[in-house]
Amino acid sequence: MLNFLDTVGEAVAGIRDGSTVMIGGFGNAGQPFELIDALLDCGATDLTVVNNNAGQGDQGLALLIKEGRVKKMICSFPRQSDSWHFDAKFRAGEIELELVPQGNLAERIRAAGAGIGGFFTPTGYGTMLAEGKETRFLDGKWQVFETPIHADVALIKALTADGKGNLVYRKTARNFGPIMAAAAKHTVAQVSELVPTGGLDPEIIVTPGIYVNSIVKVA
Amino acid sequence: MSTQTSIQTSNQPLGRDDLARMVARDIKPGSFVNLGIGQPTLVSNYLEPEQNITLHTENGMLGMGPEATGDQIDGDLINAGKIPVTELPGASYFHHADSFAIMRGGHLDICVLGAFQVSATGDLANWHTGAPDAIPAVGGAMDLATGAKDVLVMMTLLTREGASKLVESCSYPLTGIGCVTRVYTDKAVFLTGPDGVRVRETFGCTLEELQALVPVPLSAAAPA
Repeated sequence: MLNFLDTVGEAVAGIRDGSTVMIGGFGNAGQPFELIDALLDCGATDLTVVNNNAGQGDQGLALLIKEGRVKKMICSFPRQSDSWHFDAKFRAGEIELELVPQGNLAERIRAAGAGIGGFFTPTGYGTMLAEGKETRFLDGKWQVFETPIHADVALIKALTADGKGNLVYRKTARNFGPIMAAAAKHTVAQVSELVPTGGLDPEIIVTPGIYVNSIVKVA
Repeated sequence: MSTQTSIQTSNQPLGRDDLARMVARDIKPGSFVNLGIGQPTLVSNYLEPEQNITLHTENGMLGMGPEATGDQIDGDLINAGKIPVTELPGASYFHHADSFAIMRGGHLDICVLGAFQVSATGDLANWHTGAPDAIPAVGGAMDLATGAKDVLVMMTLLTREGASKLVESCSYPLTGIGCVTRVYTDKAVFLTGPDGVRVRETFGCTLEELQALVPVPLSAAAPA
């Protein structure tokens, strides 16, 4: 069931304490800042957040971390020049980190959306990030077993939605949006523009509306 | 002796830009290339249009152009280092799983990475110092190291303390095993692989002087 909502508050109202939330974006590109602000306001806590990074500066995911709402981060690249809120929480032992090679992060999210129970990949073989994981010699190389990452909710940002919930993105802000939309039980997309059904060329649609549950237009 | 000194191609160590120029020149025309964050990014400054190189960035783009300036800056168009960049004619955008399938599926001809250490057999350590207080961050390093057809490293040969970064076996946490094929440093270009380390050329030192700095056996590479 697809809902078009008037406010970001309504869009995140279903997020409960302890939920796993995928948040789109690579750095600030594609990060759904308005939805994250609404998540901050709604008070949900003990969240597991899946994102490539762990927040930049003093906005978006960084604030969610600063306010102590995030119990665990699943990400590939938490440490940046302006990741001070994550750094402080991590050093204080107040946030759990599951560090995942970026390609494994993307493929584990994709696997969840595609109903795949796990896959073998050479990435990470022989490194500390593969310690304790099952390995097999396949296709002439050692490979590591990786499992899907599912989520209760995905919060993503797209450029335009049509009346069927089909989405298109803009430039490198696309990043994790399409795979997170498929991986979560409930996907919320904030968009800059709404067009009527038929207003997007079917040939250029990136995320088919079947993956999208709620759409909210932000200024 | 004379054959050993003949691989010295410069009277002094190479600066970062000279090294970047050399890496750029060594990339075959028509290649698809991913340049890592930091020193490898400099390589893009020296790629010639007639080389027809296509740059990939892990956050979902082929056909990345130079860094954006002024009115070109667009928050939705950034590179892996989160620096605003531009798009070239023929560019394409794709989502993250496709972007990493390009790496992991062996479609990239070359990636150029920085490194803390490279071993004699081409093991790479470039993501984590392993220090207890360090916050680890891996990004796409392991995917690139494992997936690109050729993994080139650019680094200074020595640490600030004077220790060789080309080592018998890496003491820092590994990024990938046996993946590096060529190492560009300020003092020499090394070819790594199962047969040990061969030196293609040296800068500001002879092979013997280089050997005194590096704790792995070196031999001169056969001329290309």
